[in-house]
Amino acid sequence: MKKECVAMLLAGGEGKRLGLLTKTLAKPAVHFGGKYRIIDFTLSNCSNSSVHTVGVLTQYSPMLLNKHIGIGKPWDLDRQEDGVSILSPYTAKKGGSWYKGTADAIYQNIHYIDQYDPEYILVISGDHIYQMDYAKLIEHHKEKQSDATISVIEVPWKEASRFGILNTLDNLEIYEFDEKPETPKNNLASMGIYVFNWKALRQYLMEDANLTDSDHDFGKDIIPAMLNDGLRMYAYQFEGYWKDVGTIQSYWEAHMDLLEEDLSLSLNSKEWRTYSHDTNYPPQFIGEYAIIENSLINSGCWINGKVTNSILFERIDVGANSSINESIIHPEVRINSNCLIKKAIIMEGVEIPEGTIIDGEKYDEPLVINSENIVDFQKEGVER
Amino acid sequence: MGDLMGLINLEHEQDFLEELTYFRCGAAAPFAGRYRLVDFTLSNMVNSGVSEVAIFTNSKYRSLMDHLGTGADWELARRHGGLFILPPDWNDPTDVSRGDLKHFHNNRDYFHRSKASHVVISGSQFISNAHYKKAFKLHLEREADVTCITTEVDTLEPEHMSQLRIEHDNDGWVTGFTNDHENKHVFTNAYIIKKEVLLKLLDECIAYHKDHFFLGGVKENLDSLAVQYINSEGCSIFINSIKSFYKHNMNLLQPDNYRSLFFKNEFIRTKISNEPPAKYRESSKVTTSMLANGCVIDGEVSGSILFRGVKVHKGTKVKNSIVMQRCIIEEGVHLENVILDKDVRITAGQTFIGSKDKPFVVAKRQTI
Repeated sequence: MKKECVAMLLAGGEGKRLGLLTKTLAKPAVHFGGKYRIIDFTLSNCSNSSVHTVGVLTQYSPMLLNKHIGIGKPWDLDRQEDGVSILSPYTAKKGGSWYKGTADAIYQNIHYIDQYDPEYILVISGDHIYQMDYAKLIEHHKEKQSDATISVIEVPWKEASRFGILNTLDNLEIYEFDEKPETPKNNLASMGIYVFNWKALRQYLMEDANLTDSDHDFGKDIIPAMLNDGLRMYAYQFEGYWKDVGTIQSYWEAHMDLLEEDLSLSLNSKEWRTYSHDTNYPPQFIGEYAIIENSLINSGCWINGKVTNSILFERIDVGANSSINESIIHPEVRINSNCLIKKAIIMEGVEIPEGTIIDGEKYDEPLVINSENIVDFQKEGVER
Repeated sequence: MGDLMGLINLEHEQDFLEELTYFRCGAAAPFAGRYRLVDFTLSNMVNSGVSEVAIFTNSKYRSLMDHLGTGADWELARRHGGLFILPPDWNDPTDVSRGDLKHFHNNRDYFHRSKASHVVISGSQFISNAHYKKAFKLHLEREADVTCITTEVDTLEPEHMSQLRIEHDNDGWVTGFTNDHENKHVFTNAYIIKKEVLLKLLDECIAYHKDHFFLGGVKENLDSLAVQYINSEGCSIFINSIKSFYKHNMNLLQPDNYRSLFFKNEFIRTKISNEPPAKYRESSKVTTSMLANGCVIDGEVSGSILFRGVKVHKGTKVKNSIVMQRCIIEEGVHLENVILDKDVRITAGQTFIGSKDKPFVVAKRQTI
């Protein structure tokens, strides 16, 4: 059956810079926002944008990610003819290989895309936090009669050299792509979100697959080759919140952003819902001496201490006289009494012994605590 | 446990929660922050391995059907068996049955089609988190026709007064059902019955124009039936009035009660929602309360239960109250001993104070 647009969601990356957080699971499956996993934002965008044909490319430690996506029910992507499909590396008559790059991952699934005979391909990735209407992007692509459209966001000039910068004419036509330029000419950064005419992209993927010295990467190989050949390429300027949570620092910052009130990203928006799984934990229980300020707290939590500027996932116990500040606590963590936790990320299932002090402010980036390194934090008695 | 089928019989539970049952049946009344009364019986059945459950419902069942949907959230969306919501559908022109027997009679197919040879039957007013596995084991071991689930209460409260009590011998056989006001051995209206006995009693009841299956069938034939009892374990709550509804919601704010209802056994299942975690803003002050997801709190909340998506604005105090889904309480409001049904908006600056015995109840979707 024909579909106008097929989305290919890149979710196979390891996310090395997230350290312990991605030790046993893929980056898109990392917990986020008190209830979600990172990929939920992208999948919800698909659902809200009426993009219902979504191939998810998985590779690194995919067990939890695959389980989370399942048949796509939370995002209404459990559909009869299309919906969500998990596309993992495979072997066939002619052999097989791991996905060697973002372009190769799509190249190896050309047969998946061809069965829908689409006009457009939307390439997105599962490791960004943002709420975006892809329908508007596709509309822009059609209007400009573009071969390839890249979504961009304005970044502060002083940070521009950390991004892939697109240099454009006044009408947003792209004439140059600068990967992490030392002296940026522009401050429009690529968000790693592309729309291609499928016919054109298919051609470039076939050619790229034959090149031995290619990294088979969209940013490094496909986009420059298209620019070089003078294809019609336009930028689409996105206005709103967008964050790549590629490092522990940015993962933590994105959570602190989530606590801001005037952010254009909102979990409470009824117009643009963020979907995920829900569980049968009972409502959160707030004890007699609890103090909670500027925080997000999920079901099944039991709070007897002080929680400020923090995000607590489900089923977390916070003992009496314990204080949690600027921290992210993953599900099923038990924090006993008299603990002090500051600027830390506590991973799923950790038990924090009584009187533990974990102070991430003393370090360059927030501390990530799992059930192994918790022993390094000696009992010190709480300083107040 | 594939041998046990379930039935939730709501015929005799109507309009017992005043304003809260103006627009819905009691089984669909919200309870404990994110549940409906029916969730407890239904979860206990499912957690006991029952994979087909029928619900006899008489009226005001829109909200119940909306809540239960396909039954998927209770693992009851099955190719075979699953959930059967059976509203009144009187299809037999020769039918002379009355009361709940009309439901039994017109839905005989449900019993005939199932392979199970025993049926667990319950209403929705008894709240517990215990499964029927032990009761069923005893039922089979003693080769009972009927096994009644009971509870022995320490002190008789008003909500127990309308319940049947049991008398029994030392061997666990029930010798009488009474309304003796001194008797503390209370029947929960939940029982397991052999399917063939059920069908036989059903014919008998209809022939003699009875209008209540349990009273006319089981109670009146007690002499000729083998009826066992077993006490339900853990939390045992009866809700059959606004007063008991309010009291037992508030009791859950004592940590031990909360634990014994929610964490002693398996989880109580309910309709899955999509609310984000609750947001506590800078000026929020929340103590001794239960909150569901999707709440946004700016004001003071104490000794209260807030359902999903409730907004409490700045400078507002909510005390000893139950606030249901999506209520909005604007700035500078003071609520005490109040029950707000769903979608109520309290406009700025108002004060409403009820009493513990007679909480101030506001019906659904009003702006005051």
